[in-house]
Amino acid sequence: MTTGTPTDDTTEKEPWTSACRRARLHVITGKGGTGKTTVAAALALALAANGRRVLLVEVEERQGIARLFDVPPLPYQEKKVAVATGGGEVRALAVDVEAALLEYFAMFYNLGFAGRSLKRMGAVEFATTLAPGLRDVLLTGKVKETVARMGSDNRPVYDEVVLDAPPTGRVVTFLGVTEAMSGLAKRGPIHSQAEGVVRLLHSPDTVVHLVTLLEDMPVTETLEAIHQLRAKHLPVGTIIVNAATQPQLPQDALVLASQRDLDIDGLADGLRAAGSDPTPALLDGLREQAAEHAIRVLDEQLCREELGAAGLPMLELPRLVEGGDLGGVYELADRLAEQGVH
Amino acid sequence: MPDHAHTSTNPPLDLAPLLTDRGTTIVVTCGSGGVGKTTTAAAMALWAADAGRNVAVLTIDPAKRLAQSLGLGELDNDPRRVDVPLADPDGQLWAMMLDTRRTFDEMVSHHSTPERAQAILSNPFYQVISTSFSGTQEYMAMEKLANLAATKQFDLIVVDTPPSRSALDFLDAPQRLSSFMDGRMIKLLATPSRGVMKLVGAGFALFSKAVTTILGGQMLTDAAQFVQLFEDMFGGFRERAQATYELLRAPGTKFVVVSICEGDALREASYFTDRLRAEHMPLAGLVLNRTHPPLADLSTGTAQVAAAKVAASAPLASAVLDIHRQRLEVHAAESHMRARFDRVHTDLPVVEVPALASDAHDLPALREIGRRLTAASARVG
Repeated sequence: MTTGTPTDDTTEKEPWTSACRRARLHVITGKGGTGKTTVAAALALALAANGRRVLLVEVEERQGIARLFDVPPLPYQEKKVAVATGGGEVRALAVDVEAALLEYFAMFYNLGFAGRSLKRMGAVEFATTLAPGLRDVLLTGKVKETVARMGSDNRPVYDEVVLDAPPTGRVVTFLGVTEAMSGLAKRGPIHSQAEGVVRLLHSPDTVVHLVTLLEDMPVTETLEAIHQLRAKHLPVGTIIVNAATQPQLPQDALVLASQRDLDIDGLADGLRAAGSDPTPALLDGLREQAAEHAIRVLDEQLCREELGAAGLPMLELPRLVEGGDLGGVYELADRLAEQGVH
Repeated sequence: MPDHAHTSTNPPLDLAPLLTDRGTTIVVTCGSGGVGKTTTAAAMALWAADAGRNVAVLTIDPAKRLAQSLGLGELDNDPRRVDVPLADPDGQLWAMMLDTRRTFDEMVSHHSTPERAQAILSNPFYQVISTSFSGTQEYMAMEKLANLAATKQFDLIVVDTPPSRSALDFLDAPQRLSSFMDGRMIKLLATPSRGVMKLVGAGFALFSKAVTTILGGQMLTDAAQFVQLFEDMFGGFRERAQATYELLRAPGTKFVVVSICEGDALREASYFTDRLRAEHMPLAGLVLNRTHPPLADLSTGTAQVAAAKVAASAPLASAVLDIHRQRLEVHAAESHMRARFDRVHTDLPVVEVPALASDAHDLPALREIGRRLTAASARVG
């Protein structure tokens, strides 16, 4: 492992491995605040390029996708939200637990309009509170259905499904459907559905990706989550580093700048040539900013090294100045495509 | 000043007098995940201790290195004295990390006889409620706060709330939990014979059957037993939840919303602000964390010209000027975000805390953040 940026060794090893290419369900997790939803959306767009059809699913009932794609809140229906480069399309689905449970009951029991009164009474919240695992079983069950669904042409309706999963703190429980079911009844339709979910999650059709920032806490959580996912034999695909700082100085200058020892020849001359008076305050301010930049970049390098211990391929996305909008998602999708995501 | 400089009309949030005021006994930080809430809480606590107060900081899930620097090795449900020399020798700093499960256990024990408490603690359904019910952590954070406040051992308690998304769970969870356990559904399912058919008709019988099929009969039996055991305690719980709620609204309490200058986080901050005001909670203001004000007074245009002039002869100088230009860009974006927030919350006091170059995980860094947090009064004074 080199200590340089991961893009250094892409010539030897594609970060988007053959396992990633053959997977059909991409599960995206990350610590809160790492940009998990934005990265999931960018990945969906990158995968949809050139005529493919990708479904982007969210399960936390917070309408993050609608906000990102600037569309009205998503109903419990698959809606087209974006067109990808070369004509593919991204559809989005916000899974609603109540609706999923009622849909599910309707499949097996003829509830009729009683379903509505049950909802009013808080029956669904009750059932999912009593058995928190049930919630996850219902959500993953719906995701599995979208992955397995076949069109009239006998091909899967979606080439790929990208799941914006719960954050790293909860993702292992969320995907640990087997454990959740052990607290529930041993027979019945939900049980067999859950078995199907377990098969899918442990098959080559699934990979889990971890989004992280190059900061202490997200890195620690990412490594912990990888460890836990592996212990449960869940397939981990890549680490996606988000919001990385682009180094503006060469390596040796970074170290000097971080120690505030960098000789910046010509700075005063340049300023004078541009008609600005290079006062000591101005020069100090510029030096201090360079120091902060250098410290940041060096810290990020340490974080990257720590992440390297996981032995996973890494993708990297830059920090966008104004990133939280649709343009930002397209830009990140392009960056993923440049790193071989397709 | 740079071209896009934001001229804020919002009053500055002046934390120094707030933290030193003997009338301030509780400070609650809230905000979404990843905005630096825990660090802000710890920095305020350290600052107040340095100013001579006896302070406890109650953290939920601190970064490992930050926890270590506060002497918090692991979950420990009682405050421990932080061994650090303080600027004012009269000050004391205590810190603790919340243990949700233990706080819940203690609450149960406190409200019932030892035998009954034992029966509840070993009920499998209690295990679900005390670990997985959404909002339990928030509820217990407030329970612990009430406990600490009742000891009167501290002049000031700074509480960090669990990161929540689109909700102030610490306000809602007690209510939600008690209405859940007191609710119709649980009674209906626990004793399904009581003429429930009248309520929703045949659908309910089917639903009940379906729920039993999915959850298994044992879980419902456990739930029924749990409800019976708990019935006597409900009154005590509810009173306590109400008392905590009142404590949060008392004049000695101050809420501080923490956010970074990004869309999602500010949207949450905006929501928290509205919600706290609607509940008449004493909101002190917003800490706008990790901003990037330029440290050099040089316009984008001049920096660009200067960089071009020396690009060939002095590439390092050119790079340093580029770093400045990027900083101006980030600052402009942040100012823009802040202006949008300010337009909605015109009278909310705000303090900007410029980002440190490194993550804060030691006491000197916390002190530096404390200085930046209280800089508003330093400038005025």
